Amino acid sequence: MTTPALKLDNIAKIFGGLRAVDGVSFEVAPRQIFGLIGPNGAGKTTAFNCISGVYTPEQGTISFFGKSIAGRPPSEIAALGIARTFQNIRLFGDMTVLENVMVAGHATIGFGPLAAMFRLRKQAEEQERLAARAHEILRIFELDGLAGEFSKSLPYGSQRKLEIARALMLNPKVLLLDEPAAGMNSREADSLKNQIRWLRDTFDLTIVLVEHNMQVVMNVCEQVHCVDHGQTIASGEPLHVQNHPAVRTAYLGADVDESTLRQS
Amino acid sequence: MSTFLQQLVNGLSVGSIYALIALGYTMVYGTLGLINFAHGEVFMIGCYIGLYAAFWLGYDALAAASFSPMSATLVLLLAMAGAAIVGMLIERLAYRPLRGAPRLAPLITAIGVSLLLQNIAVLAFSANPRKFPSIITEHRLEFAGVTITNIKIFIFAVSILLMLALEFFVKKTWTGRAMRAISFNLPAAKLMGVPADRVISLTFAIGSALAAAGGILFGLDQTKLEPLMGNMIGLKAFIAAVLGGIGNIRGAAIGGLLIGVAELMTAGYISSGYRDAITFVILIVILLFRPQGLLGVVRQEKV
Amino acid sequence: MVWTYRTAVSIALIALLFGINWALDQYVIDYIVRIIMQCGINAILAVGLNLINGTTGQFSLGHAGFMAVGAYATAFAVIHLESWLGFNASNIPAPWMQGLLLSVGLLFGALFAGLAGLLVGAPSLRLRGDYLAIVTLGFAEIIRLIFTNTEALGGATGYSGGRPLGLPVYTNFFWVFLWAIFLITLIGNFTFSSYGRALRAIREDEIATEALGINTTRMKVLASVISAAAVGVAGGLFAHLMGTIRPDDFKMDRSVAMIVMILVGGLGSVSGAIIGAIFVGVTLEAMRDIQQYRLLAYSLLLIGLMIARPQGLLGSRELRLPAFLRRKRGGAA
Repeated sequence: MTTPALKLDNIAKIFGGLRAVDGVSFEVAPRQIFGLIGPNGAGKTTAFNCISGVYTPEQGTISFFGKSIAGRPPSEIAALGIARTFQNIRLFGDMTVLENVMVAGHATIGFGPLAAMFRLRKQAEEQERLAARAHEILRIFELDGLAGEFSKSLPYGSQRKLEIARALMLNPKVLLLDEPAAGMNSREADSLKNQIRWLRDTFDLTIVLVEHNMQVVMNVCEQVHCVDHGQTIASGEPLHVQNHPAVRTAYLGADVDESTLRQS
Repeated sequence: MSTFLQQLVNGLSVGSIYALIALGYTMVYGTLGLINFAHGEVFMIGCYIGLYAAFWLGYDALAAASFSPMSATLVLLLAMAGAAIVGMLIERLAYRPLRGAPRLAPLITAIGVSLLLQNIAVLAFSANPRKFPSIITEHRLEFAGVTITNIKIFIFAVSILLMLALEFFVKKTWTGRAMRAISFNLPAAKLMGVPADRVISLTFAIGSALAAAGGILFGLDQTKLEPLMGNMIGLKAFIAAVLGGIGNIRGAAIGGLLIGVAELMTAGYISSGYRDAITFVILIVILLFRPQGLLGVVRQEKV
Repeated sequence: MVWTYRTAVSIALIALLFGINWALDQYVIDYIVRIIMQCGINAILAVGLNLINGTTGQFSLGHAGFMAVGAYATAFAVIHLESWLGFNASNIPAPWMQGLLLSVGLLFGALFAGLAGLLVGAPSLRLRGDYLAIVTLGFAEIIRLIFTNTEALGGATGYSGGRPLGLPVYTNFFWVFLWAIFLITLIGNFTFSSYGRALRAIREDEIATEALGINTTRMKVLASVISAAAVGVAGGLFAHLMGTIRPDDFKMDRSVAMIVMILVGGLGSVSGAIIGAIFVGVTLEAMRDIQQYRLLAYSLLLIGLMIARPQGLLGSRELRLPAFLRRKRGGAA
């Protein structure tokens, strides 16, 4: 068996009295597209934030290709190769599209602050390397023409794309997408499905997405994990999870007649 | 031991003045999320209003004992009313135009207002220190080697009384509830029909009146006043509010008393040169280890 | 190629400064020269402060403290260096030696102020917005109180190195502007490098920056150290211009004056900071006769500016040289 790209073992995160995530475990295989689903407030984003280091889980381990990462700072986790996007798009609005992407290359630059202050040759070379790489990524996302625009002036769809482009500048092995379909209409959501597969194939990624849009999840994910009230309620192939009674109850409420649901 | 008790008594008396001023910081921060840097200057202006009111009411330095308790109360009330008006004006003219501006703009404006009031005060009252009229005649009580004056007791009593009144007001009246609603969520409070501008204005009025009361008590205690005195005392009171947990009324009271005692203990046992420094040390320690303050609650940023 | 170009520019610059210095000495009254020097010192202060308050968006209200550390460290180093080298009232160092002594002292000033920037920044830069402002103010007050209570450094009456005539006045036009141009160039380069881009990203969204593999705390502390060191140099130049330094020279209004400079020019703009510094330096003198209205005017300016144009006159834009004066830069800068 290959080492999983990402493995959560019995993770718990507690806010005051609320167990937002309560003993969740799952594994994501390399190059898999993995969906983390659940109703509002189920603890999906909290689990996500534990992986990316925004929160330190109170309990459990998280490993990335066998290396333990739980409790490390976000910058370290990102530098290791886990990049993410945000639910409510966090771009640097007053910086240009190109700069937004170039920032993500800063961790890899090979010069110190003194070289920057004295503008040594090394610095100029590195600067050019970053710019070239950023342009290359922007070209793939067809954002190259907008490189000089302020990112806040971009339309919503392009901002989402730019956020992904920025994350890819980190050369990640795992990409975490937090509700990529949020705010999209059905046509945009439809094309998103293809884009996610294309992302995986082009950049050789493992992708984990948190998503509300069932249609997207069911179509694109190879493995789905459903949580509610911080606990796992179902896990497996999309179809299996979709038809799991506990999932139906969680999404539609307990009073729904199970037999009618199975027929649909 | 008697040094300890003496410093404790003096510390509690100074601390209760800090507490009164801290309430204004805490209330304004609670409703607007703004550090009202000018609050210390409102305290100073309240003190000066008291000075002029006392003379206006016929205070005579040579016959200080004949100044009636009635007049002394009137001095307090006039200072509180005057400061309330100043506080409301500041809010209306300087802070209200900035509602919704980037977070630092109001802070910088507040620093500006603070400087402005200091310099107006220098022009209006002159930079020379003035003696505050002894509108209450001082009596000394010796008690187990500790000197307690009636003024210190008065300061403590008035502060506690005013704090209890405020606590009652905020917890039990409609307006108080509106203030708390605004501090939780300004837009939602507006949607629920809370007249936010009026309530915020009132918050400034009450905070300023309490600061003026603090000013009068300070005048009684220290007897010397000058236009720049609001700066340091205001800062200390703000630190008291942070120590107790900003936005929390009881926290401000506790923070004020703690700072007052810590200061006089430092003066008594270490060196009076570091009396001011201890307050800043407390501030730094509290912000680094418990930024929400002693009674505050943590608010985590949503990601 | 780069080095020959730089050497040529540096030599031309030094010659130019030397020439201006000579001309000012000959033809311009001391009073005006003093204002010009003030403007140069202000420019270092403003560009230094702007790195942390403007570019990084971390609002410090305590840079007077770093200026004080720089001033005391420089003066202390110069005084002790002089007695070690055997200079005294009857054996005054030659003018070039004075500048050299001053410059060595300024290195000490930068070192100690930078160290203070590290000590203050490391714990406090975890805080945000107005809390950070208050904590830095607190640190500055503590620094001031330490100097006030240290008798070896003259206590409240100030430090003059035990000299009856005060600190040697070694600061002149040449050295002010040599240091100013040097420091502004360094900070400018830093601001327009990958580091500066990361700092601006922190200003825009710290959480997102952290998620891009950048240790934001370390970056902020780095900016704080550089900023403090530059301000420390300005403090050292100030000390040897004034001839005496007192703890009260570095009260909160000093920090506020620096903030006025960067607000007038525009937060986050290097050229704006320089313009603001000159504005403050000149108006300060223009209002000399009406001393008591000076701070009044400042406070009104501050309030008016915030209400009318909170991002400052230039915003974070830069004034740039006309194209024909600019040297082509590599990459995408």
